[in-house]
Amino acid sequence: MIEFKKVSFAYETGKEVIRDLSFTIRGGEAVGLIGANGAGKSTVMKLLLGLLFGEGEIISAGLRLDKANLPLIRRKTGFILQDSDDQMFMPTVYDDMMFAPLNYGMTKEEAERRVDEVLERLELQALKHSYNHKLSGGEKKMAAIATILAMEPETILMDEPTAALDPYNRRLIIRRINGLSQTKLIASHDLDMILDTCERVILLSEGRIAADGKAEEVLRDKALLEANHLELPLSLSRR
Amino acid sequence: MNKMEKALAELGTMDELSARKSSIHSLHAGAKLLVTVAYIVIVMSFHKYDLSGLIPMLLWPVLLFQISGIPVRTCFYKLRIVLPLVMAVGLFNPFFDREIILRVGSLSVSGGVISMLTLMLKGVLCLMASFLLVATTPFDRICAALRAVHFPKTLVTLLLLTYRYVGVLTRELAVMTEAYHLRAPGQKGIHISAWGSFLGQLLLRSMDRAQEIYAAMLLRGYDREFRYAAERRFAMKDVAYTLIGVSLFLLLRFVNVSGLLGSLFVR
Ligand SMILES: Nc1ncnc2c1ncn2[C@@H]1O[C@H](COP(=O)(O)OP(=O)(O)O)[C@@H](O)[C@H]1O
Ligand SMILES: [Mg+2]
Repeated sequence: MIEFKKVSFAYETGKEVIRDLSFTIRGGEAVGLIGANGAGKSTVMKLLLGLLFGEGEIISAGLRLDKANLPLIRRKTGFILQDSDDQMFMPTVYDDMMFAPLNYGMTKEEAERRVDEVLERLELQALKHSYNHKLSGGEKKMAAIATILAMEPETILMDEPTAALDPYNRRLIIRRINGLSQTKLIASHDLDMILDTCERVILLSEGRIAADGKAEEVLRDKALLEANHLELPLSLSRR
Repeated sequence: MNKMEKALAELGTMDELSARKSSIHSLHAGAKLLVTVAYIVIVMSFHKYDLSGLIPMLLWPVLLFQISGIPVRTCFYKLRIVLPLVMAVGLFNPFFDREIILRVGSLSVSGGVISMLTLMLKGVLCLMASFLLVATTPFDRICAALRAVHFPKTLVTLLLLTYRYVGVLTRELAVMTEAYHLRAPGQKGIHISAWGSFLGQLLLRSMDRAQEIYAAMLLRGYDREFRYAAERRFAMKDVAYTLIGVSLFLLLRFVNVSGLLGSLFVR
C-alpha cells in the first residue's frame, strides 16, 4: 500500500514542486501517474523511495517512511529507472540480477535459482551472460525489469518505461507489465500504454492532483488532457 | 563509431577482460591485490640509478601476460593516454643531473639520463601491474578485497564509483559531441569558444548520472559492504601465488641478478 498525506517538497533551488499532495494506492492496484514534463512525476517516485525527503507523511510498502524503515521499504519496492543505463551498472545482466539478492543475504545458489526463474518467466534466458553495454535499448529495459523482479518486490515503480523504445519493444514491455501481479505505479506521458496497463490514473499538474479516477474516464477527457499538454490516447481518439 | 564511442567500448572490454578464464583470473582477488601492491612498493624502492637492477622486474608482468592470455598490445593501447604522462615525469632529470656515471665505449651517460630512464621504467612497470590486476579481476571483487582488509568503506565506495563514473563520463561525452556535431556539421573537433560551456555541461550531466547510478545501487541493497562480490576462502593456490610473487620480488630487489647473469656469461 502507498499513501501520501499532505506531502510537500521543494528542491534546493526553492520552487515547490510537490504541493500538499494526498492520495492512496491499495495493494494490487495498477495506477498510471501522468502529467506534462516537469509536473513532478519522477519526484513523487523519489519521495516514495526515500531518495528525497519532504514535508508530510508517506506510507510506502505499508510502512511509514522514515530512516528506520527505509531499508525494508526499499527492499519491498522495485524502481525501474527511466534510463536503463543507470540501472544496469554491473558488467553483465547476470551480475546485475545477482546484485540485490546477494546484498540481501541470499546464498549464491538461492540467488542463482531466482535469477533463472525470472529470466525464464520473461523469456530472457539468451541474455543471461550478455554484457550490458552491448544490449539494445529494448533488451536493456527488459533486463532492468528482470533485475528488479529478482528482488521479488511487493510494489513496482516505473518511470517512463516506454520512453525511447521502438513499437515492437513497447508492445513487449506492455505485455510484460500486464503479466506482473504486484502493486504498480507507472509514470508516463505515453497515455496509450497507461490505458493498456492501468485501471486508474492520477493526473499531476504542477505538483498537485488535477484528476484521479478510472483510466478510461480521465483519458477520455480531451479538454483536461489538453490543458495539461497531453493528448487523447490514439485508441480513444479514433472513434 | 566516433572516438568517444570507441573509448566507451574499450572500457566495456575492461569488464570483458576481467571476466575471462585463466589460472590468474581464478585466483583470490585479495592475493592479486597483495602481490600487486608488493610489486609496486618494491619497484618504487629501487635506487634512481639502478636501471640494470630494475630491468629484471619486467619478468613478472611478462609472465602474467603470458599465463592470463591478456594481450600486451591491449594494455598499451588502453594506457596510451596515461603512458605519456608517466613517461614525462623524469624528463627534466638530464638537465639537472649532468654528472657522468657510466661510460659505454666512447659514449658517456650522465646520471640524469639514467635516473630518467629508471623513473620511466618504474612508471611503466607500475602501470602494467595495475592494469593486469584490473584486467584479471572484476572491479567489485577488488573492492571486496579492500574491504576485507578493513579499508574504509567510504574510500572503497568512492573508488568503485570513480571506476563507474569514468564509463558515465565517456558516454555523456559521446552523446554531447554527437549533438554538437549535428549542429556544426563539417567542423573538426569542438570550437574553442564552446569549450567552457561544453565542459561545464559535461560535468553537470555526468554528476547527475553518477548520482542516479549510486541511487540505483542503494535501492538494490548496496550498503557499502560488498556481499554481492564476496570471495571464496583463501586456497592453497592463493597462498602459493602470494609467496612466489613476493619472494621473487625480494630476490630481484636484493640479489644482483643481472650482475650474476652477466658474470655467468662473461666467464
Ligand atoms: N535535481 C533537481 N533540482 C532542482 N529542480 C529539479 C530537480 N529535478 C527536478 N526538478 C524540477 O522539479 C520539477 C518536477 O520534476 P520531475 O519530477 O522530474 O517532473 P516529471 O518527472 O513529471 O517530468 C521540474 O520543474 C523540474 O525542473
Ligand atoms: Mg520524469
